[in-house]
Amino acid sequence: MTLLGLIGGVIQPVLIVGGAPLLVGVLRQVRARLEGRVGPGVLQPWRDLRKLVGKEAITPRGTSELFRVAPLVLVATTLVVAVVAPFVTTASAADPVADLFAVVALLALGTAVLALAAIDTGTAFGGMGASREMTILALVEPTLLVAIFALSVPVGSTSLAAIVSSTLNDPARVVSPVSLLAAVALVVVIVAETGRLPVDNPATHLELTMVHEAMTLEYAGPDLALVELASAMRLTVFLGLFANLFAPWGIATSAAPLALLVGVLALVVKIAVLGALLAAAEVFLAKLRLFRVPELLAGSFLLSLLAVSASFFLA
Amino acid sequence: MSTPVGERRTARTITPEELPGLAEALLGQGFRVALVAGHDDTDRLRAVYLFTAPRPDRRVELHVPLDRDHPHVPSLAGLSFAAGRFEREMRDLFGIVADDHPLPRRLVRHFHWPAGWYPMLADAGDPPGFGDVDGPYPFRTVEGPGVFEIPVGPVHAGMIGPGHFRFSVVGETILNLKARLWFVHRGLEKLFHGRTPERGVELAERISGDTSVGHTLAFCLAVEDARGDAVSAATQRIRGVLLELERLYNHVTDLGALCNDVGHGILNVHAQRVRERLLRINDEVTGHRLLRGAIRPGGARVRALPDPTALAAVGADMAEIATLALDHSVVRDRFTGTAPLTREQAADLGTLGYVARACGLTVDARHDHPFLPGESNRVEHAHTDGDVLSRFLVRAEEITTSIAMIAALADAIGGPTAESASSGGAGRSGVGIVEGWRGTIVHRVEIAADGTLSRVKVADPSFFNWPALPVALADTIVPDFPLVNKSFNLSYAGNDL
Repeated sequence: MTLLGLIGGVIQPVLIVGGAPLLVGVLRQVRARLEGRVGPGVLQPWRDLRKLVGKEAITPRGTSELFRVAPLVLVATTLVVAVVAPFVTTASAADPVADLFAVVALLALGTAVLALAAIDTGTAFGGMGASREMTILALVEPTLLVAIFALSVPVGSTSLAAIVSSTLNDPARVVSPVSLLAAVALVVVIVAETGRLPVDNPATHLELTMVHEAMTLEYAGPDLALVELASAMRLTVFLGLFANLFAPWGIATSAAPLALLVGVLALVVKIAVLGALLAAAEVFLAKLRLFRVPELLAGSFLLSLLAVSASFFLA
Repeated sequence: MSTPVGERRTARTITPEELPGLAEALLGQGFRVALVAGHDDTDRLRAVYLFTAPRPDRRVELHVPLDRDHPHVPSLAGLSFAAGRFEREMRDLFGIVADDHPLPRRLVRHFHWPAGWYPMLADAGDPPGFGDVDGPYPFRTVEGPGVFEIPVGPVHAGMIGPGHFRFSVVGETILNLKARLWFVHRGLEKLFHGRTPERGVELAERISGDTSVGHTLAFCLAVEDARGDAVSAATQRIRGVLLELERLYNHVTDLGALCNDVGHGILNVHAQRVRERLLRINDEVTGHRLLRGAIRPGGARVRALPDPTALAAVGADMAEIATLALDHSVVRDRFTGTAPLTREQAADLGTLGYVARACGLTVDARHDHPFLPGESNRVEHAHTDGDVLSRFLVRAEEITTSIAMIAALADAIGGPTAESASSGGAGRSGVGIVEGWRGTIVHRVEIAADGTLSRVKVADPSFFNWPALPVALADTIVPDFPLVNKSFNLSYAGNDL
């Protein structure tokens, strides 16, 4: 473990936990402004979390430990990714875990645990949300793996830190067909994984149309705060990974204070810009019919397959 | 035999045995069951069947006096679906039993009302404490591999009325939907009893909050019919303007809400902006954003007439919003072919309003039972496939028509206010038929010798349209339900009085 990795391992989780609710705030605020509304301000998600944490913890009758543990697992898995993946620094606090497969597995574990907790409540909505989420997850995970794998082929390593460092050394790779195909596939994956339009509508109040929200309907108080925080962190982590896989510039390669400062600022700016773009795009989108979602995801899988093929042929 | 009793209306008193034959003959002549109402005439009970037919406007009443101790009538459920529903309502409220009813289960009565207590009878008194429940009322269970039930409501996430929906689904596909409503019984019809018609207006305005003009106008037309009041053409035109203003703001809301339900929120924001402009116009016209307080028996009073240029701007805005919605490929895909109601189903169930017109039926009380002088042209709707898209487009087209109608009516009125004197006659019955924004509203009133209301029966179009929702939803997927429900946008309060 290097000093740089150690510093990254401390700065990154602090930055992501503190910044994730702000990112959600930025997304909502951008959307509100584009729709001609005033919006509640970017601090609103933090205020909501503060309110929820102050409430009494209650769980529905008949639920097991799984229901209570799920929010913790969800936050913990995302936190591990926040510690190890290359966000602010190219070196990792725990290099073996900063592996492509390990990171994807950690994120999938969080989703799977939340789905189990949703089923644990025994309500129709929880089951419905879990079933939809699993359908989407099953279609999204292969795309995620294959798309990042396409980027790892030229590098010869599945370590995310290695991929990012290699892109830094060879910037021309970003505009290669491999990279572009993988980028498009990953955008669809991120939209689906984080429950944004057109796959899921995070702003809806209609229980029957929900995917992610349906799974969290039974949570309240501090547990809900954890679930909300974890969703925001996942969005931040996905956007951060996307930004550094395709535009790693600014990331700290040495432990010099200036380099670290630039690394932090670069990450904040990149994620904020991506988030604003995502929110702006959502204004123009509508939610797909549920049965059309697999078509979209299959399309993105095809793109990621093409990216892998291209990475072999063009190598 | 038949005696004329009101505007284009004849009444006839018959025995229960004569009822099915006469009803069948009337239905065969193109009449529909507009309402069925029980009455408590102290010494005996009475069932009144009101049939209406368009072109020319005809209204026929059949009065069936019944023995208090043995109030039985033959069921008309086999002839008319709507009649079967009214019979269940009459049984729950009056204890008048329709023999051989195919679905002899309670409809409006609350689960916890004690068996044998009928709230509309004169001697019913205050609601008793919750007692013996009226027997179990199970949901139809659908069995098979992979079938499961999703119970939703009666408390919902949105600010809508209470209704319990039980979906039986395989995967995401709806096999069967049972909507159980009737959570908001306020005893409205009974609250009218003993009030003067003038004091009944405040109740009529609140039957369904979004239809205050429609219900108030139907109520006032019924009262004027009963009293034999003549109302000036100018007054009727002002009422016509108010009716169309109500249609406008509600249709605008619905178009925005339909876009919102498919996740295209930006168009909803703009529809809300247009709606707010319309509500302010309502406020300028009547002094009330929801158009209350303007229509009274014998009259109508407005502060000003709506500005035609402002309304034309609203029309242009809404046309643009509708175009933007339908040019969006995903929005159009979500609307097209979703939850189709066939023309035949719509006719069999007796649906009304835009739900019926989106299926190609031409029911529209503005033309079938006009209260305005002069003829107006019926609108031909371009899309009548009965799906969500058709219900969206019919509304969009009606917005255009309403704005044109308001301009024409305002031109014909000239001045802003008009009053007619009330003659205050008493002792008769009256019927008022109005095309509210949801569909045809029918009120039937009876006025006692002292000039107070002795019975008011209200038939909201939602009562006719609710059964169409589960029919349209067969084989639709669960996540499309909110969209389809919004495209029907039925009233809970108007349905359950």
